[in-house]
Amino acid sequence: MAADRTAHKKPAQERLTGAEIVIRALVDQGVDTVFGYPGGAVLPIYDALFKQNALRHVLVRHEQGAVHAAEGYARSTGRVGVVLVTSGPGATNAVTGLTDALMDSIPIVCLTGQVPTHLIGNDAFQEADTTGITRPCTKHNYLVKDVNRMARTLHEAFYVARSGRPGPVVVDIPKDTQFAEGLYEGPTDVRHRTYRPQTEGDPALIEKAVEMIAAAKRPIFYCGGGVINAGPEAAQLLGQFVRMTGFPCTLTLMGLGAFPASDPLFLGMLGMHGTFQANWAMHDADVMINIGARFDDRVTGKISAFSPHSKKIHVDIDPSSINKNVPVQLGIVGDCKVVLKQLIEAWKRKKLGADGKALKEWWKQIDQWRARDCLSYRNSDKIIKPQYAIQRLYALTREMDPCITTEVGQHQMWAAQFFGFEKPNRWMTSGGLGTMGYGLPAAIGAQMANPGKLVIDIAGEASILMNIQELSTAVQYRLPVKVFIINNQWMGMVRQWQELLHGARYSESYTEALPDFVKLAEAFGCSGLRAQKPAEMDDVIKKMVATDGPVVVDVRVDKTENCFPMIPSGAAHNEMLLGPADEAKKPVSEEGMVLV
Amino acid sequence: MTRKRAAAGSVYSGGPVDQKIVTHTLAVLVDNQPGILSRVVGMFAGRGYNIESLTVAEVDAKANISRITVVTTGTPMIIEQIKNQLGRLIPVHKVSDLTAEGPHVERELLLVKIAGHGEHRVESLRIADIFRARVVDSTTESFVFEVTGSSEKLSAFINLMEPLGLVEVSRTGVVAISRGAGAIMKRGEAD
Repeated sequence: MAADRTAHKKPAQERLTGAEIVIRALVDQGVDTVFGYPGGAVLPIYDALFKQNALRHVLVRHEQGAVHAAEGYARSTGRVGVVLVTSGPGATNAVTGLTDALMDSIPIVCLTGQVPTHLIGNDAFQEADTTGITRPCTKHNYLVKDVNRMARTLHEAFYVARSGRPGPVVVDIPKDTQFAEGLYEGPTDVRHRTYRPQTEGDPALIEKAVEMIAAAKRPIFYCGGGVINAGPEAAQLLGQFVRMTGFPCTLTLMGLGAFPASDPLFLGMLGMHGTFQANWAMHDADVMINIGARFDDRVTGKISAFSPHSKKIHVDIDPSSINKNVPVQLGIVGDCKVVLKQLIEAWKRKKLGADGKALKEWWKQIDQWRARDCLSYRNSDKIIKPQYAIQRLYALTREMDPCITTEVGQHQMWAAQFFGFEKPNRWMTSGGLGTMGYGLPAAIGAQMANPGKLVIDIAGEASILMNIQELSTAVQYRLPVKVFIINNQWMGMVRQWQELLHGARYSESYTEALPDFVKLAEAFGCSGLRAQKPAEMDDVIKKMVATDGPVVVDVRVDKTENCFPMIPSGAAHNEMLLGPADEAKKPVSEEGMVLV
Repeated sequence: MTRKRAAAGSVYSGGPVDQKIVTHTLAVLVDNQPGILSRVVGMFAGRGYNIESLTVAEVDAKANISRITVVTTGTPMIIEQIKNQLGRLIPVHKVSDLTAEGPHVERELLLVKIAGHGEHRVESLRIADIFRARVVDSTTESFVFEVTGSSEKLSAFINLMEPLGLVEVSRTGVVAISRGAGAIMKRGEAD
């Protein structure tokens, strides 16, 4: 009898400590890698981590690196990146990474330790108001004061991070909650109380959109990171739809890889350092189809002169992106993948086609712009031009389908211009926030997620020094990341702006004392290589790829090269500077000077 | 009122050159949880939007919902942004633009303290009567009046009381509700 009764009993919910619940929830969310750094307020979680084998922990050397690594992991896989840091300085060090993830819509769950509940507000050791500090730099955050809410909160955090427009979510966990025992609940499919983003586009608007697209005479697809975030299928659908129409397509910095760079319909990146053809096509277009891009100021330039004659269709999963910077005629709220499917379906069902004659004229015009060959530069056989270094890197590695990360500055723009991406999730860069020091930790995260892949951080010598300590992480986990430093001894983009806008007064943009990067690499336990002459370039790149383990390459490039083409701040798309000769002819206006 | 551009052609000045500034009253239904007010207020401060008035209180204990009434100003594009930005905060159930959605009632409650003797006391009582103000506290040398009504009415009352010994003002800010039978959200339900 008694045995019978127990057999019919529901299995009791498991009682675990808060720390064990954390680990369990991460595993149930499909997490395999956590990037973190221990400290007093997270010791119970680290203890629980020690007793299990399901999660790998990557010990970074600075909490900012942990978040960027999780971003690299997330961006290269489409999964949520996970970070674990301690209270106080652990959390504040993570803030830059969180802001970066917010600006670029990268799904991150960041667990922060907190002082015990009864000490909160007492200015305890390593106490910081983490939820207060991270409120404006996260998509959402939580403070878990009750261990019985721990599991639900963590599952919700993952849901919020990956749903809708993805972003970083912080879960702040006081130490006493980590010790306390409570009930564990697994993930459920219960609808969220308030947060249910709309993924499907309004069918009536889809009908209107395809009619507008079919009527276009000078159309352009302008697509961004939203396509990447919607998954590889979205990129495939984009390719399909663009080819069905035969329209030109340009991508934002965050969107590179969403449409194959080698496709003849691709005009290259647009915006401040975008191509001549992409920006002019945007300016002269009559119908613009924006899919998953947000009219960022680096893209639009002067708003009042931005694509003045076009009707604009804007597809975005975040309603607040629509009509924020640029008013549009047709805003469609929805997931890029779903909306692209709907557009293709409607296009086929209505048997629509592009206006062939007008399109032919349009392409003729675009080909004239293309003929300007705006990315050309004067090469040299004595000194390595930075563009040449990246061109050779691309030529010698493209067959290997590498993942590329970058730091921020001139080298980042050259990488975007000269490295072609055929597929999504291969390109990781800090677009919105422009965080120097992003590239190396992001490369570590991407390499953790893609063990067999070639991962290269195209860096500048100034940026790389902002998170150089992560070389130690790469060595510890035998991650063969390649750091390709475009070394011109200047903060190149700062120098370029000082030249253009501040009378060539190079205030504090030159680094008098730089480390010897080859020796530095060796000190960390990496291999170091150097290229000083154009003729050495290919051998050094080949050697870099062939070398096991992490490699740092110090490429000594022309110190004064500027990044062109360029839309100076405050100028319009049709006022691009193509090269040094233009620079002298069109000095930047005073109103442009006050902009960033 | 119009908003002139600070610098013509600035990439930061969105929209047409002289957009009209409008005032809207928004009702925001939120989960009653710690930090929610800070999220709402922080969004306004962080993005440089105006708050003319803000009131907040729990309105549905069963569903754990608070109602925030916020009066804000901006160009029509900014008002749309504010609504979208509010809607995107995770604990927000519903954002209702009462100004755009039709006729609604707006009320505010005011407490004013008048201190003094003689003629001024008598005069203040007379004006209070006209405004249908109630005396909620009285000493030999002071009154506290309570008035409800539109913000304009309350401001008019304050102006009239100013020379009569007005020493302190406290007002709630606007609360508002739509006219007619419709409701923003079903009571007792979180959906």
